[in-house]
Formats: sequence, structure tokens, C-alpha cells
Amino acid sequence: MSHTNKNKILSHELPTTPLDPEIKAAREAKIPIAMIGLCGCWGCTLSFLDMDERILGLLDKVNITRSSLTDVKRIPYRCAIGFVEGGIANSENIETLEEFRENCDILISVGACAVWGGVPAMRNVVPLEECFKEAYIDSPTAVEGAKKIIPFHDDIPVITTKVMPLHEVVKIDYFIPGCPPDGDVIIKVLDDLVNGREFDLPTSMNRYD
Amino acid sequence: MSVKITIDGQQINARTGDNIIDVAAKNGVYIPSLCYVKGKPCLGTCRICSVKVDGRVMAACTIPVSEGMEIEVNDDAEIVDMRKALVELLFSEGNHNCPSCEKSGRCELQATGYEVGMMVSRFPYRFTPHVVDHASKTIFLQRDRCIFCQRCVDMVRDERTGKKIFSIKGRGTNSRIEIDAELANEMTPQQVRQASDLCPVGCIIDKTQGYDDPIGKRKFEVKSIKERALDKEHR
Repeated sequence: MSHTNKNKILSHELPTTPLDPEIKAAREAKIPIAMIGLCGCWGCTLSFLDMDERILGLLDKVNITRSSLTDVKRIPYRCAIGFVEGGIANSENIETLEEFRENCDILISVGACAVWGGVPAMRNVVPLEECFKEAYIDSPTAVEGAKKIIPFHDDIPVITTKVMPLHEVVKIDYFIPGCPPDGDVIIKVLDDLVNGREFDLPTSMNRYD
Repeated sequence: MSVKITIDGQQINARTGDNIIDVAAKNGVYIPSLCYVKGKPCLGTCRICSVKVDGRVMAACTIPVSEGMEIEVNDDAEIVDMRKALVELLFSEGNHNCPSCEKSGRCELQATGYEVGMMVSRFPYRFTPHVVDHASKTIFLQRDRCIFCQRCVDMVRDERTGKKIFSIKGRGTNSRIEIDAELANEMTPQQVRQASDLCPVGCIIDKTQGYDDPIGKRKFEVKSIKERALDKEHR
């Protein structure tokens, strides 16, 4: 993405204090996992939080980097398992997803938006031009007298014509449907994969809503 | 008269004239279907009940059992995957937005998706626009969700004249489900509810019915579609 403001410094570029060697070694022995959100409502990310105390049993095996449980903005190193919430609705989503794919061994689509587009994909049955007109030109909530423009700038991600599921952009290894899937489902999948079992979502746990 | 057949290698005595789907259910083998209603003439439209009969793929609801038939339902990986693919096709062809659908939890397509183990459709989601029909006083037609099973076309009729209330207009990709609003307005509230319940998806929506049951207590959450198909009480 091009940044017109060349003076901007991103948080991950800031200097950091080196980690205690003992903690660093302990962390490196664990399986790194992460979860990112694209075009979604962050409900699935909340389900990740909903693993609650059950995550404690896995903490000696996994190291959670970027996720809703931490405040890490970017994954610091390659992850074994990456969860992705949300679909693809703009150029930034594509960029973020491609970078995440390159840095994850296993990538999992989490939730309806990631799996097939979900609620954002409801705009797919309306031409993009009409969507923009409704949102910015003919919007019933527009400020009166304000200049009616469709925002466009180098720093604003370009909206895709259609909202796409993740597997139409990169290879996805597993899918967890649900809107959102329960914390139970996420802990089940994580526990299975961390302990070397196959991904398995039984009929009783599969939900589309 | 009885005939001897096998389902997944299991020897079964079945009554002549019964179709494969009923015989299988009676013997504890679930075959998913979206158009077949027990006791009604088969429609054979959805093909979800496809099984292998003596090695050939056939819709189980359309075939009466006959002596010596060898039927494969779950033993053959190819046919299991074919049924799953048929369900996936329906999900990618229509706009099946479960999170926003009134029928969610009572939807046979959704419940069947769970039974065949669908997580995602292998086919590209098409997002074709469809026009909602709300001309009738009591029924919404959410055409996004219609799977053209034709249950409503065949089984819902005007009580006075016997005329069909629902019909399919157009051909190929232009096909759409239509409702005769005048006849629909004559329907009793019970008949409207029956038509809505008969619809295996959320296409025929009773305007008086909303998200009535809380999540966890909805029809197929209380008892799965498979359990219902195999249980005599719910058939």
C-alpha cells in the first residue's frame, strides 16, 4: 500500500527492549498461533476470547501472538496456525491476507464472512456504483449542505467489486462456519491441531448461523 | 409381497412397491432428501437422495425396491461425496444467508448441510439478485432461497377450487417461483403455516411468523433432521 505520509512510523517499526533470554527460549519452544480480522464484525474474534479459561490448558503448548487476547498488531514471526475472520472487501484485506498466508503453515477460515462472504456479501447482489451512491450521495443520513463526494484517496483501500470468501484469494486449509462459531468449536479445533489430531468438526458442532 | 435387497451390504426384507428412501429409513439408514415428503407422491427434483443401485446413480425417492437390488448409501465414498456436492451446489446457487434468515434452525437445507458435513461450498458462490415478492397479504416469497423442489407447487392448493397457488415461471436461469396472490389471500392461517413449514428452505415465509424459537430450542436443534427421518413419530 502506498503511504503518502512518508513521516509515518508504524508501531512494529519502533525500537523495542530485547526479551529476557529465558522467556524468549520458552516462547520459541511453543507453537505460535495468531488470529486476524478482515471484513467482518469481530464477532468471531470474540468467540476466540470465548475459549475463556479453557485456553489455560493449552498455554504451555501454544504462544498466542496477534489476536484478540493480546495487543500485538503484526505477527512477529512465522505462525503454525492462523485463524482469519471476515471476508475480502477491499485491497487492504487482500494484502493483509496474502501476507498472513505467507507466514502461516495452516490457515483457517473462521465464520460465515470468511467462509462465503457473510453479511458484507449482501452487497454483492447490488452493483457497486449503487452501493456508493446509497452510502455517500443519496444517503438519508448525509449532513445537509455538505459536499456529496465518494471518498477516494491513495491511503484509502480500494473497495472490491464483490465481497469474496477467503479461499477465492489464497489457499485455505480448513473452514469453521458459524455466525459466529462458538468458543467451544474454536477450542476443539485448536486442541485437535495442537495435539496432532486431524481437523474434525462433527455434525453436532457445525452451525451456519 | 416381499423382496430381498441389500443396503450397504445389510440384508433386508422389504415390501414390494416401497421406495428406497422409506425402506432405508425403516432399517435405520438415513438418506437425506429435500423434496420428498413421506406419504406424498415423489417429486424427484432435488436429487439429494442419490444412491447407487446396482452400481448406477439413482434418486432413492423415485425407485421402488425390487428383488435382489444392491443399494449403496454410505459404503461408497463417491456417492457420499456426490450428495454433499449437490447440497453445496444449492448453497452456491442461491443466496443462503443463514445468519439473517427467519427459517434458520427450522430449515431443511441447513439441517441437511450439517448432516452431509458441509463446511463450505466447493463451487463459487454466485450471488445472483432475485426479486422478493410480497404481493400476497400473508406470504413473502424470498426467491433468493428457492431451490425449485416444487413441494409447494404440487402440494399446496386452493381448498375450494383445487387450483395450484404456487408455480414456476420461466426456464433455465430465468426460472423463478411465483405465487397467485389472489388465491394466496384466500388461504387460511393454518394453510399458510403449512405451506411455510412445507418449504424446505426460507423461501415461503409466513408474514405473521418471525424468529419465534430461541437459538438452541429450534426445530432441528431439539431433534436433528436425521433423527426425525429415522423416527416413526416424526415422519
